[in-house]
Amino acid sequence: MYEQLNYLSISTLLFLISVVGICLNQRNILIMLMSLEMMFLAVSFNLIFSSILLDDIVGQIFSLLILTVAAAESSIGLAILVIYYRIRNTITVELLTLMSG
Amino acid sequence: MYITVIILPLIGSLISGFGGRLLGYYGASIFSTVCVILSFFMSIFIFYEVGFCNTVCNISLVPWFTVGTLSVNWSFLFDSVTAVMLIVVTSISTLVHFYSISYMQSDPHYPRFMAYLEIFTFFMLVLVTADNVVQMFLGWEGVGLASYLLINFWFTRLAANQSAIKALIVNRVGDFGLSVGIFSIFYLFNSVDYATIFSLAPFFQNYHFVCFGFSVNSLTLIGLFLFIGAVGKSAQLGLHTWLPDAMEGPTPVSALIHAATMVTAGVFLMIRFSPLIEYSTTVLSTLLIFGSLTTFFAAMAGVFQNDLKRVIAYSTCSQLGYMIFSCGLSCYNVSMFHLTNHAFFKALLFLSAGSVIHALSDEQDMRKMGSLATFLPVTYSLMFIGSLALAGFPFLAGFYSKDFILELAQVSTNSNLNNKLTALACWLGSFSVFLTAFYSIRLLYLTFLNSPNMSRIHLSKLQESDFPILLPLVLLSIGSIFVGYLTKDFFIGLGTIFWKSSIFILPYHSNFIEAEFLSVKSKWLPFLLSMFGALLASFTNIVTLKLGYNFKFYTFFTFLINKKWYWDSIYNKIVIYPILLFGYNVTFKNLDRGFIELLGPYGLASWIPSWAVNIRRLQTGQLTHYIFFMILGFCLFAFLPFCLSNVVTFTFPVIFYLVLVFFI
Repeated sequence: MYEQLNYLSISTLLFLISVVGICLNQRNILIMLMSLEMMFLAVSFNLIFSSILLDDIVGQIFSLLILTVAAAESSIGLAILVIYYRIRNTITVELLTLMSG
Repeated sequence: MYITVIILPLIGSLISGFGGRLLGYYGASIFSTVCVILSFFMSIFIFYEVGFCNTVCNISLVPWFTVGTLSVNWSFLFDSVTAVMLIVVTSISTLVHFYSISYMQSDPHYPRFMAYLEIFTFFMLVLVTADNVVQMFLGWEGVGLASYLLINFWFTRLAANQSAIKALIVNRVGDFGLSVGIFSIFYLFNSVDYATIFSLAPFFQNYHFVCFGFSVNSLTLIGLFLFIGAVGKSAQLGLHTWLPDAMEGPTPVSALIHAATMVTAGVFLMIRFSPLIEYSTTVLSTLLIFGSLTTFFAAMAGVFQNDLKRVIAYSTCSQLGYMIFSCGLSCYNVSMFHLTNHAFFKALLFLSAGSVIHALSDEQDMRKMGSLATFLPVTYSLMFIGSLALAGFPFLAGFYSKDFILELAQVSTNSNLNNKLTALACWLGSFSVFLTAFYSIRLLYLTFLNSPNMSRIHLSKLQESDFPILLPLVLLSIGSIFVGYLTKDFFIGLGTIFWKSSIFILPYHSNFIEAEFLSVKSKWLPFLLSMFGALLASFTNIVTLKLGYNFKFYTFFTFLINKKWYWDSIYNKIVIYPILLFGYNVTFKNLDRGFIELLGPYGLASWIPSWAVNIRRLQTGQLTHYIFFMILGFCLFAFLPFCLSNVVTFTFPVIFYLVLVFFI
C-alpha cells in the first residue's frame, strides 16, 4: 500500500520548499504568492493523504474548504497586488519598506 | 509647691516667648525674672524640707507611656541630691536672669533671650528632678536643645552658628552613649525607675552581657555608657572641644550653661547613679583617669589662652574634671560639694568677665585690656574674689571642696592601697592646682593690673556697669566666700546624714576618715602649689622676662597649648573631614547618586530606550525578515519544550543567550 512516510515527507518537503521560497525571494512578489499557493497545496495534500490513510472523510472536506479559501485568498492577494502596482509601478519585495519600525 | 518649682520656668518661657511682642522689654524681664525668683524661693523651702527635715518626696503624676513591662510615669523625685541641684540651678538662673536685664538691654530679641533662658532652666529642673531615666533623658536632651538655641542666640553670626552646631553634635555623641546605656538598663532591670534600678543593682554584680562572644560585666557596661553621656555633657577629655567654642553665645549664657548648670548635668548623672557604678571598679577607674586627665589638660590649655571667656571656659572644663575624678574616688558628696561651690564662683567669674567685656564695648582679648582695676574697682574686687575662690585660696569656697578632693586622692596614694591610678590622678590634680592658680592670677594681671593696652576711645568710655549687673555679682561673691564654709559640714562633714539614701558609697570605698589623718605636709601641698602658681604668675607679669621668649622650644610649646594641643585640628583631620568626605564621595556620589540611581530611575531610564531602539530596528519593513522571524519564533517554540524536558540546566543559559543575542 501507500508508504505513509514518503507521502508525509513529500508534503512536508513541499511545505518547507515553499517556506524557503518565501524567505529567500527578495525580488518578485508574484513568486511569494505562488509559494503561498504551494503551501496551501502541501497542506491539502497532507490532509487528503491522511484522510485516506485514516479512512476518514473530514480531511477531504477540509481540503475542499482550503481549496476555496486559497482561491479566494489568491484572488484578493492579486487584487491588492494590482492596486499596489498601479500606485508604485513596481512589484519588487525589497522596496516594500514603508512600514519599517 | 514641688511641681510649681518646675512648672514656673516653663510658664515664664512660654509667655515671654510667645507673648514677647505684647510684653516688650519691661514685661518680659519682669515676668521671666519673677518666675525664676519664685522658683528659687520655693526650692529653698524644698531644700529645707528635704535636706534638713528628712522628708524625701516622690510625686507621681500620670503615666507617660506603658508598653509591656516598660512603664514610664511623669514622676518627680526630690531627695537630697535633687534639692542641692535645685538650689544651684534656680539661684544661678535667677541671678543670670537679673543680670541679663541690663546686659541684654539693647538687644532687639530680648524676649526671645529670656524665653530661652527660662526654657533652659525648665529642662535643667526636669533633668534633676526626674525619678526615671527616660524623663531624665528628656531633660538631658532639652538642655542640649536650649544650649543650641542660646549659643546660637545671635544667629546672624557665622561663628555662633558653627559653635552651636558643634555643641549640639558633640553633645549628641554623648547622648548616643547615654541612650544605649538606658537601653541596657532596661534590658537588665526591666525597669527605668531609679528606685528599681538602684535597689536591684547589687544583685547584678556578677551578671554578664554576652555580645559577639565577648562577655562584659553588665554593670560595668551600663556605667561606661552612662559615662560616655557624661563625657559629652560635662566636656571631659575627648568630647571637650565644644565647651570653649560655646563661648560664642552671650556672656550670661556662658555663665548659666557652661559654668553652673548644663555641664554639671554629667556630674549629676554620675552622682545620681552612684548606687550602680559603685559596684564596678572599672567604671570608677575610668572616671578617675578621664577626670584627672581632663583636669590637667584643661588647666594646661587655660594657661596660654588669650581670650577672657576662653580662659574661664577651660577652667570650667578643668573643675569638671575634678568633679568627675572625685566621683571616681567614690566621693560623690565631695563632688556634689565642689559642684555647688564651683557654680557660685564660676558664675561670678563669667558674669564679672561679662561686666568687663560690657565695659570695654565687647572686647574679649585679654591682651587688649589692662589697668582696669583703676576704672572698674567693683568688678575688679569681685573678680578677685572669684579668682581666689577658683584657685583655692584658704577659707573661700574652692578651698573647702577642691583641697578635700586632693586630700582624698592622697589618701589612696599614701596608704597600703598602693593604687597607681589614684597616684596618677593625685599628681595630675595637684599639678592642676598650680596651673589653676597660675591662670587665675594671670587673668587678673592681664585684665586689671598690667599697663593699659586698649585704644583711647575705649578707655575714655570706660565706666562701671549699672545696678542689675553688679547686684548678681555681689550676691555671687558673697556666695563664693561663704558657701563653702557654711555648707561644708552637712555636705562633707564626718558622718553627715544629709545625703541619706540619695548617694551610696560602698563601705570599702569610703576613705573619709583616712583623709582626716593625712600628714600635715600633704595637706599643705595644694595650698603651697597654688601660692607658688600665683607668685609665678605675678612674677612673670611684673618682671619682664626677656631671655625665655625667643627659645624655639618655648614658642613651640606655648603655640601648641594655645591651639589647645591641636585637639580640634586632629579631630577635624582624623574624624570630621574623613566622615564628611565619606558622606560626599561614598554615600552621596557613589551610592545615592551612583549605584542606587543606576539601578533605579536613572539606569532604567537610560537602558530602556537603548533596548527599545534595538527592538525597533528588528522591524525593517522587509517582508522576508518578518517571515524569517515568524519561522524562527515557531522553531523556538517547537524546540524549547524539547530542551526543557531533556536538559533543564541547559535551558536557562540557552534562553539567556538567546535573549542577549536578541537584544544586542
